[in-house]
Amino acid sequence: MADRHPEPVTPELVARWGSFAWTAENAEKAKEIVARYPAGRQRSAVMPLLDLAQRQVGAEENTQGWLPMPVMEYVARYLDMPIIRVLEVATFYTMYNIQPVGRFHVQVCGTTPCMLRGSDDILSACYARGLKKGHTTKDGLFTLTEVECMGNCSSAPMVQINDDNYEDLTADRLNFVLDELAAGRQPKAGTQEPGRHTVEPVGGPTSLTAMVTENHDYRGEW
Amino acid sequence: MPKVKVDGVEIEVPAGATVLQACELAGKEIPRFCYHERLSIAGNCRMCLVEVKPGPPKPQASCALPANEGQEIRTDSEMVKKAREGVMEFLLINHPLDCPICDQGGECDLQDQSMAYGRGGSRYHEAKRAVTEKNMGPLIKTVMTRCIHCTRCVRFSEEIAGVDEIGALYRGESTQITTYLEQAAKHELSANVIDLCPVGALTSRPYAFEARPWELKKTLSIDVSDALGANTRIDSRGREVLRVVPRTNDDVNEEWLADRARFLVDGLVHRRLDRPWLRHEGKLQAASWGEVLSALAKINPGSSVAVIAGDLVDCETMFAAKKLASALGSGLLEGRQTGLAYDTSNLAAVAFNTTLAGIEEADAVLIYGSQIRDEAPLLNVRLRKAVKRGAKVFIIGPSWDPTYAATHLGDDASVIDNLPEDVAAVFAAAAKPAIIIGGGALAKGGLASGLAFSARFNLVREGWSGFNVLHFAAARMGGLMLGYAQKGGIGDIVAAQPKVVISLGADEVDWTKFANSMIVHIGHHGDKAAHAADVILPGAAFTEKDGTYVNTEGRVQYAEKAVFAPGEAREDWSILRALADAFGVSVGFDSFEELRAAMVAEVPALGVEALAHYGDLPAAPEGQRASGVIAYPVKDRFLTNAIGRASPTLQRCSAELIHGEIQAEAAE
Repeated sequence: MADRHPEPVTPELVARWGSFAWTAENAEKAKEIVARYPAGRQRSAVMPLLDLAQRQVGAEENTQGWLPMPVMEYVARYLDMPIIRVLEVATFYTMYNIQPVGRFHVQVCGTTPCMLRGSDDILSACYARGLKKGHTTKDGLFTLTEVECMGNCSSAPMVQINDDNYEDLTADRLNFVLDELAAGRQPKAGTQEPGRHTVEPVGGPTSLTAMVTENHDYRGEW
Repeated sequence: MPKVKVDGVEIEVPAGATVLQACELAGKEIPRFCYHERLSIAGNCRMCLVEVKPGPPKPQASCALPANEGQEIRTDSEMVKKAREGVMEFLLINHPLDCPICDQGGECDLQDQSMAYGRGGSRYHEAKRAVTEKNMGPLIKTVMTRCIHCTRCVRFSEEIAGVDEIGALYRGESTQITTYLEQAAKHELSANVIDLCPVGALTSRPYAFEARPWELKKTLSIDVSDALGANTRIDSRGREVLRVVPRTNDDVNEEWLADRARFLVDGLVHRRLDRPWLRHEGKLQAASWGEVLSALAKINPGSSVAVIAGDLVDCETMFAAKKLASALGSGLLEGRQTGLAYDTSNLAAVAFNTTLAGIEEADAVLIYGSQIRDEAPLLNVRLRKAVKRGAKVFIIGPSWDPTYAATHLGDDASVIDNLPEDVAAVFAAAAKPAIIIGGGALAKGGLASGLAFSARFNLVREGWSGFNVLHFAAARMGGLMLGYAQKGGIGDIVAAQPKVVISLGADEVDWTKFANSMIVHIGHHGDKAAHAADVILPGAAFTEKDGTYVNTEGRVQYAEKAVFAPGEAREDWSILRALADAFGVSVGFDSFEELRAAMVAEVPALGVEALAHYGDLPAAPEGQRASGVIAYPVKDRFLTNAIGRASPTLQRCSAELIHGEIQAEAAE
């Protein structure tokens, strides 16, 4: 986090992205997003529009997408708001990539529950594949970031790759997921534990067992 | 009006007050960093914690908590003491202990409050955060490691300046305050963040490492860089003025000061006239006071004398020169150096009658020929407030960005006489309509049209006077009150072909028109008039003499002498007194006190530190109307007067911020 900073504005960057504009499809979406807010409050749409812009950049260069400064300036102009306010939002939320990323942005959660459940192994597995925090692999496929809690504690450890979460990971399962992605296939998102659908208790409930079949009233037993 | 109890004392507070304000009303000091009276409430420093009942059993941030009926507030309990110590300890975790090399030292909120409310020592042994310095331009020096993220600077630039230059990037411990791409802060009030910054993160770049606050002599003064008369404090050490900072005066400058006024002081030690000069065979040569005065005694001007007052002079100087001229039998006095010749027979028609504080209440404002951000930056702050309250603003004159919503009606001065119907409807329906006539419009005969506008929309009504003229020169209103105006402006003086012209720091005059006159220049800077002068008598700058100034509202204010004039320079009034002896006439005063008494006897309003009353507005003259494309008088907002043009800081500002030159920073 500490070394998170926007990509410097170089002449090459301006040449590449200076003429950024919505695609026809995104222009429609942008209009619809802005219309969700009252007239004159269009700057409230800055967060969805930055996301839209990031996705468009990603689609153009076949990566997860990121926000070059000229693109942020475009969004600022589009919403008629000062560029510094856009930059504040973009730098605040780690959801916005302010530096170039690869095709798959592997965000490993390292917060306490995931760490207790083995996120260190997950990170080691990433390192073993040549991923490095804050860097993109040479083939442009993977960018590794360690992030704080993603809210998947009951299926820890987890990684978020682009729009999908992969949970209940082990080093092998992560390797399988990354291999599939690298091969251009889409692995099953969500928990990787066989037989588990979502974050229900593994092996059945250990508490409130009587509630499984009926709406049991426990109050008399307390 | 809720009643609350503060530390057991019951007081009544105004509706809408916060708990912090209630505590202040009760005379309790509440430490704070992010809270500032003139900015919105942020509530992010947590230093103002107090205990409030009823409420959760924990300390609460008093700045963001409304005072309610029946609250019991404690500012002296053990819980509050511990909470403040805790907040202070957190703030100091990442704050460097570099007070000995910090320019804020001695006037630092963090320093003072950690002494008063902090723990005795630190328990923190881990590494501290370090943040890279940010470029904010030639005026603001940054040491961002010291920043405690109060966001006062961010709120100032957004709310008061209205330009959104400064922002807080990243989050949490990584938060950094910066301008976009580290561009220089360009707004004309941007240096006020130096005063706002409670720590040493934003300090004055020109003043860096110059002095400690306790070494400085503080003198109350008035700003002369524009006609608003902002109240200032001059900090000097020995014979040198080191800085100017604003004083709070809600009627004039609130607590802000334009960058131009704040940083012109280093011009006071450059290009100074510190000895008399005499022109010999076309060349200026240094001379002594004795030589100069005896040379002047030889010329016998008779009554063929004219006085032209510059923009920076005080009333006493102008009055002394007027006395000298009248003793010689002349009434040729003029202060409008650039040739303006509007009618001054009624001063109400050339004053800012609404008052600076009053203009905030206006609901429709026509800015007629004034680039307010250049001519009176602090007035623009007031207009921003008016717009926030719903006022509609219209501008006649070349288009400029006012930082608030305004409608541009056209460049030609005659637009005012043919207003579009929708605009006329706004003014007709307005409860408090106002017009602000600037120098650009006055030059095109805008005063007559302005008066006609005033009559048409009834700008002067019960409890409201919406007719305003915005001058640019600090000396203007005082000069007009003392009669420094000819019917035809400076053209009358040129036509009179006076034998001797006395220039009181008149640096904006086209001196080529006075080729046949002897030009006696009483001034403090080797600026335009000094080049044209035949005799140079070194005078005192505004920091070096007591003086009375009248701002564009007609507000009479006194400035005090902070330092002595350099070298052989003398206070202006004493030079004029010596001239009287040289010319062999009597002016009737031998001391500054006698001079001021004589001036007050003649113009009693100058003896009262208050708004002068100019009476009712005259009717618009028949048949005169404005015409022509308006041109604003200020071409370069930093280099507007002799002191500013001599100031290295303002020269650099002009080069970098206006002309876009990039000056490489010397390796520090």
